Amino acid sequence: MSAILEIHDLEVTFRVGTMLRRQNIQAVAGVSFDVKPGETFALVGESGSGKTTLARAANGLQPISKGAVHFDGQRIDRLSAAAMKPLRRDMAMMFQDPVGSLSPRMKVGDLVTEPFRIHGAADIDLAAETQRLLSLVGLSADFADRFPHQLSGGQARRVGVARAIALNPKLIIADEPTAGLDVSVQGEVLNLLNELRERLGLSIVIITHNLHVVRHVADRVAVMYLGRFVETGSTETVFSAPAHPYTAALLSANPEPDPGKARDRISLPSEVPSLLARPTGCEFHTRCPWVGENCAATAPQPATSGDVTVSCHHPLAAGARPSTREIHHD
Amino acid sequence: MTILQISDLNVHFSTERGDLHALRDVSFDIPEGRIVGIVGESGCGKSTLINAVLGLLADNGRISGGSIAFEGRDITDLPPREMQALRGPRIATVFQDPMGALNPVLAVGRQMRNIQYRTDLSNHDKDRRSAEMLARVRIPDATDALARYPHEFSGGMKQRIAIAMALMMEPSLLIADEPTTALDATLEVATIELLKDLQSQIGCSVMFISHHLGVVAELCEDVVVMYAGEVVERGPTGDVFGAPGHPYTARLLECDPARQSQRTRNLPTIPGEIPDLRNRPAGCIFASRCTLANDLCDTPPGDHAISAVQRARCHEVGAA
Repeated sequence: MSAILEIHDLEVTFRVGTMLRRQNIQAVAGVSFDVKPGETFALVGESGSGKTTLARAANGLQPISKGAVHFDGQRIDRLSAAAMKPLRRDMAMMFQDPVGSLSPRMKVGDLVTEPFRIHGAADIDLAAETQRLLSLVGLSADFADRFPHQLSGGQARRVGVARAIALNPKLIIADEPTAGLDVSVQGEVLNLLNELRERLGLSIVIITHNLHVVRHVADRVAVMYLGRFVETGSTETVFSAPAHPYTAALLSANPEPDPGKARDRISLPSEVPSLLARPTGCEFHTRCPWVGENCAATAPQPATSGDVTVSCHHPLAAGARPSTREIHHD
Repeated sequence: MTILQISDLNVHFSTERGDLHALRDVSFDIPEGRIVGIVGESGCGKSTLINAVLGLLADNGRISGGSIAFEGRDITDLPPREMQALRGPRIATVFQDPMGALNPVLAVGRQMRNIQYRTDLSNHDKDRRSAEMLARVRIPDATDALARYPHEFSGGMKQRIAIAMALMMEPSLLIADEPTTALDATLEVATIELLKDLQSQIGCSVMFISHHLGVVAELCEDVVVMYAGEVVERGPTGDVFGAPGHPYTARLLECDPARQSQRTRNLPTIPGEIPDLRNRPAGCIFASRCTLANDLCDTPPGDHAISAVQRARCHEVGAA
């Protein structure tokens, strides 16, 4: 089946600084991927790695400087806002802050039916739609009269989901949909998204830095570092045998609530480099515990083997990861 | 010595729709030099607890019973001026959002100089101490960093600067409220290890509030589990997370996706909602969501000992 979302060699550049010291920041630096119908695709990486910028570009909210974005077979990155509007029915966005992304002066009932009013669906019975959407996301009908400040984080998130699915979109882009939520509520929101994906056949792009979540919900995952993908592939392969040292470090850094578990942790030295002064060669070489020859000199090209693509001169072989304790002492 | 001793603490808020009983009979100790984690879902009273300790409850809130003893002295009725003298030098805080703790229009060095206003050091010496403190939280080029503004640092560095400021006056208690929630996995781990190092150097006690169970397991020696304004279980972290006594603790741990060894699309949850704190159930607070609930649970459970160091508020534990 053809992809619902296709991103090709995408770049997003921001201009920063004062007039005399104008500089360009490449927040997204040449990224390609596609999302198939019914698929959940996860973007992971540290804050500042370009996840949110990429999501906004994919949704046409952020002008791009190079590359192309196709949605449902149509190129959308050059469309005007007016031409984009009808397409927005099919691509919904869930923003990071669950309460902050709801207008504080509108009641829940008005918030969930706002998409219909924006898209001029005048013939729709709004009261019935409110009921339908609230019950879809597991909120009782009396929530329609509440204001956002009267909701808990999990309830506000459900309202966000209801807004996102109101117009039966083909794609939902969810930016940190569970950040700040407790584990049990997080489970509820993710189960809800997954259930809707199965029932309505929609595709989901999920942005998160919680790797445990990715492992359970995503079919494929892309790991971002300084605006580029360092590793992409099926979640199962990437998690069981990370090939890029950064992926391996992220996975090993994931704190687990099991006091008995031995921690074989790869600690990454030094700070994340600035986008204004990108390292030469492989951009991860300044922090890589396994930095080797030519890493600082030449940039690695993406290489695909099986269902994983990785950009690294010295990818880690499955199961043959050197003992980190010998390599790095911090 | 016990740095912080909370005994039978009760907090009420008066609201338009009646009195809200936010904390009920909360008791636990923070011994000298220990790191104690407080975990629980949002709305369980973690923030109310912090505000009660700091004497910063909102105007409609009041301590309606019990005591908070800091270094042996009850501070629940302390006059505002004396409370103010404790906040900062003796009881320091680090919050979730480092930008909220840093003044965006003052250079970092200036802010750190201001924190030392109670000392009689010269500005030169204050700056030297500030630079030392920044170096201890691993800010590169610490002396030059004093001249820079908060926005010139990354998120992880800002949080480390906030930690440096909190520990500047060598407090005996540090309250850290979700200090790593905004950080990513690698930075989160680095911040935890830093906090651990500094805590052992300075020798302060830490009250660490988090809903990230993995972080608490890594950092905290003891853990206090809260649910709907009550302490349902407490004890050494290894004991509580390894063999939870209270059904709520057990369910909460099960919900953590990190504990699911098998990949699953359907993540475990705790069905039901936190009870209305304006109208608390007469019996066990968790009964309405507990799979083990029986008739006994209509009466309030006592605080039963599981071992010499682990306690849980559950009839099942009392009966065992």
